[in-house]
Formats: sequence, structure tokens, C-alpha cells
Amino acid sequence: MSAVTEPKFYETKKFKENVKHTFVTLLLIAGSTLILIPLWWMISTSLKSPAEIAQYPPTLFPKEFNFSNYIEAWQTAPFTRWALNTLLIASLGTIGSVLVNSLVAYGFAKIRFEGRNTLFVIVLSTMLIPGFVTMVPQYILFSKLGWVNTYLPLIVPAFLGSAFFIFLLRQFMMGIPNELIEAAILDGAGHLQIWWHIMLPLTKPALVTVAIFSFNGAWNDLLGPLLYINDESMYTLQIGLQTFKGTVQTQWHYLMAMSVTVLLPVVLLFFFFQRYFIEGSNIASGTKG
Amino acid sequence: MKSTESTLVHSEASAKVMHETKASAAGKKKGLSRKAKDNLAGYLFISPWIIGFIGLTLGPLLFSLAASFTDYNITSKMNFVGFENFKRMFTMDDLFRTSLYNTLYYVVFSVPLTTAGAILLGVLLNQKVKGMKVFRTIYYLPAVLSGVAVYFLWMQLLSPSTGLVNTMLGWFGIDGPAWLFDPEWTKPALLLMKMWSVGGGMLLYLASLQGVSPQMYEAADIEGASAWQKFFHITLPMISPIIFFDVITSTIGSFQIFQEAYVMTENGSGGPGNSLLFYNLHMWNNAFEVFNMGYASAMAWLLFIIVMILTVVNMKLGKRWVHYEGGDGK
Repeated sequence: MSAVTEPKFYETKKFKENVKHTFVTLLLIAGSTLILIPLWWMISTSLKSPAEIAQYPPTLFPKEFNFSNYIEAWQTAPFTRWALNTLLIASLGTIGSVLVNSLVAYGFAKIRFEGRNTLFVIVLSTMLIPGFVTMVPQYILFSKLGWVNTYLPLIVPAFLGSAFFIFLLRQFMMGIPNELIEAAILDGAGHLQIWWHIMLPLTKPALVTVAIFSFNGAWNDLLGPLLYINDESMYTLQIGLQTFKGTVQTQWHYLMAMSVTVLLPVVLLFFFFQRYFIEGSNIASGTKG
Repeated sequence: MKSTESTLVHSEASAKVMHETKASAAGKKKGLSRKAKDNLAGYLFISPWIIGFIGLTLGPLLFSLAASFTDYNITSKMNFVGFENFKRMFTMDDLFRTSLYNTLYYVVFSVPLTTAGAILLGVLLNQKVKGMKVFRTIYYLPAVLSGVAVYFLWMQLLSPSTGLVNTMLGWFGIDGPAWLFDPEWTKPALLLMKMWSVGGGMLLYLASLQGVSPQMYEAADIEGASAWQKFFHITLPMISPIIFFDVITSTIGSFQIFQEAYVMTENGSGGPGNSLLFYNLHMWNNAFEVFNMGYASAMAWLLFIIVMILTVVNMKLGKRWVHYEGGDGK
């Protein structure tokens, strides 16, 4: 009996699928709205006049677009200098991070040496040490070296490897066949040559991921500059922005204008290199490699 | 051989290897054994990490362990004071207890909330729906935005009278709290901000969810399993290694909450009623405001011990619920 009757339209698999898709889509749209509204709010506030910001109830769209807020805020503090400082630190740190971490990862992935596995376990376990535990003694070390109020404490550590990046690059390199390296060794190549001529080109996606993460990290770093930089002319954007708050008090149009400006490079980087962000997470989770 | 030399010349250390290799080649004709060469090369390749590990991690850890038993303040000599610093934390320093409470509060709420949120988002974003790429981009976006600018944005959003959050709550007839100005609501405010960027953790789950074989679901469908049953008996066990990893790392991460509190309260004052005085903020103030390095070191080590214990507990518990496919435990 039941085999003969046509199922009602709302009992068909197709209908159920459609309902589910509609429901999921609506949920996703609602969530996206919640995520995007704060960002819209930031842009909108940055364009409003102080009078409009103080208005109640607040307006979602600015009545007039005061692009001059951006120029005025930028000129209120040495933002040009701070931006260049940040760019310098982030660029040097990124170069160091890419070169050194891939070098170390190559050692762990492709060279058989005694104690390799033990040392790699140590690399992994350092990821479990909260950074704050070593912050105080590191500060003492750098201050004894006379590095306080220089960029060295912000750049040099990038040249000494980071456990997460080493792990990420090693995972990626493990996927590259050993035969390739053996063949190069038979041809008389050294490991440094193999690293430079074979490994670097082959691991480019992972290197781009490391580069983006490093740059992003350096660009957003507040703690480092806060600890080590004293001169206002040497500030980075993060610490500059933090002191800017004290200068303009609660002039939200200026604060939001500069917040948008500081976030813009990161957003652009994300949109241009999106797939590398995703790749990075995939490698780290071990689903690839 | 010539090109080998030219590449190696870049690094003094490597040049030395060449030299040694050549020297022994002269002696033994065939040079170092492959094994000895690999040992040398291996350690040279990882030497930057070794230097960093000793100079920036191990050395500092041992130094701060020693300093935690002294009254060190950078300029003075170290005087051994025994367990005085630790005693002071628990008997004299009321702010220490406040900071520990605030931090535990934050960890206890943020870890389950962000984990559950990220799993939920991962499952949602793993559905086959049109425009999924755009959705994934949107949900991940807040995760790349961090630093002072984002904290400013949330200070504005959470502004009690003209902020967006209370305005939106007002649409539903809810009279929003004073958020960052009310000691009762400061920590929920930070949790709200944290949830906004929950999409960062989502990516990990998404990758893992995509690795679950569709056959398992098909088999469950034939057996007549409901969506809930499939979620609890297939999805969760299959992604449990990632949940495990996420719980451990986000526990450690949450214990380190600092920047939010530093920026969103007046230069690290700890906010209304010290409700945002987190462990690290208190440690920071001791170390860099009053240069009580000995005391700060003791605090750092206590944090280290707490985090280590929690990690070990997590790992032990993990053995009970984490499902490893293939069972090789890797």
C-alpha cells in the first residue's frame, strides 16, 4: 500500500533538501549581518561629524560624508612616521621569519640527524608555553643588551624561528618526496643548495602563508612596541593609535578614521591572499601533509 | 663542487662546514661519512631555533625561576627571599586574587563558547549552499582584524548610550547594560567581542569536516539515523582530534588575555572595580610599572604551572574522548 501512494510534496527528499538549504542560507545571512554591521559602523562613524555621533538615537548611515576626518586625524599625530616604522619592522620580521623557519623546517623534515625527533618534540612543546612566562626575563635580557628603545627586540626574535611556523612548514615539506632530495645529493648538491633551489620553490604556498601570518602578526603587535619603544618618533601604528586615544579623547570620528586606516592593509592582504590563510589552517590541522 | 662553494659562502657557519669537510676529505679521501655529514648539516640548519630556544625560552625560564625567589628590581642586586613572593600572592596581595578570579572567569566562559561556536560555524559553512565562498570569507574576516583598532571599535559599539549594541538591543525593547562601565558587565563585554571573531577557529573545523568521508553519512542514512544522531555519533568523534587541539590551545590563549584589558581600560588600570584586572595585567603592572621583577617572575611561574597542569589534565582527559582514525595516535 505505502509503496504505491505517491509521497506528498513535503515528504519528498528534494523538498526537504530545499527547506534545509533555505534555512541554512537564512542563518548564514543573519550571521554575516552580525559580523559586518560592526565594520560598517566603524566606517560610518569615521565619516560622521562629532554632532551626529552624539545624536540619539544613532544613525546607521552618515548624513554627510566627512572624508576630511581622515586627513585631519592623520595630521593630528605623526602617523606617516609611525606607518613607515611599522612597515620597516614588519617587513624585516617577515623576511627573517620566512627564511629562518623554512631553513629550520628543512632540517627537521629532510635531514636525518641524531636527536631530531626529541628536538622536534621540544619545538612542539614550546608552543604550549604562554608567552607571558618569558616576557619579564626577556625584557631584562634585552635591557642588559642595551636594546631597549631600539627595534632589535622586535626584529631579532623573528630570525630565531617560531615553533608554529616551523611545524607548519615541516608538515608541508614532509609531503615532498625524499627521492627528489636523494637525487640532488647524488648529483653532488649540498643541503643548502637543495633548500634554496628545490625546497623553496616547491613550498611556495606554505611560505606565502608564513609571510602573511608574520606580517599580520608584526603589524598588529602591541605588546612588543609597548615594552621596548619609548620615543614617540619610533612608535609603531598600534602603540601610536593607543596614545592617539589620549590625544583626541573621545573624538570618535577621528579614532574610527584611524582605526579604519590601520586595519585597511590587513583587510587588503586578506582579500588578495585569502586562499593562503585557509591553506595555513589546513596544514596546521594536519589534514594535508 | 664549484657551485656548492658559491652557495655556501653566504653563511659563515656553512663555509666552516665546507672547510671541515674538505679537511677531512684530504685525510680520508671520501670525506666524512654520510651520517656524520647529516648530523652536522642537521644541527646547522636548526641552529637558529636552538639559539632562540636557549636564549629566548629556556634561559629566560630558568632565570625567572631563580628570580622568583628574590626581590629583584632590575637595578638592585638579587636578594634571596625564599617563598616570600609566593606567600605574598596568597596572603597580602588582594589584587592578585582578583586578577586570578577574573582570568579564570574569562577562561571558563571563553573556551567552551568559542569552541562550540567554531564547531557550529564549521558545520554551517560545510553545507552545500550557494555563495558559500562569500560566507566563509565574511565569517573569517574578523579573525584577521586584531589589535588596538578593533578594541576601539568595540569601545564605540559598546558605548552605553550611543553605541550600536545597545541601540540594537533597544529595537527589541531591551535596555542594554553599561558594558565597559559596569563591573558586572565588563567581562561579558569582552566575551561578546571574542565571539565576533569566532570564525578564526572555524577554519580548522571546516578543514577537518571536509575530511570526513561521505560514505559514513550514507551508511547512517540507510540505517535511518537522524541528523542529531549523525552529528553526535559521526561528526563529533571524527573531528575530536581538532576539538582536542583547539581546547588546549585556546585554554592557553585565554589565560594570556591582556591587550584587550590594557587598551579598553585607562592604560591598564583594570577597569571599573578592577573587573578587568587580568592575571597578566597585574603581572605587567608589577613588572613594568613598579619594577617588582622578582614578584612578577613568581607570578609568571605560577601561571606557567597552572597552564601546564591544565594542559596535562586536558591531555589525560583527551585520551578518553578523542577518536583517532587508524589508532596510531598521531
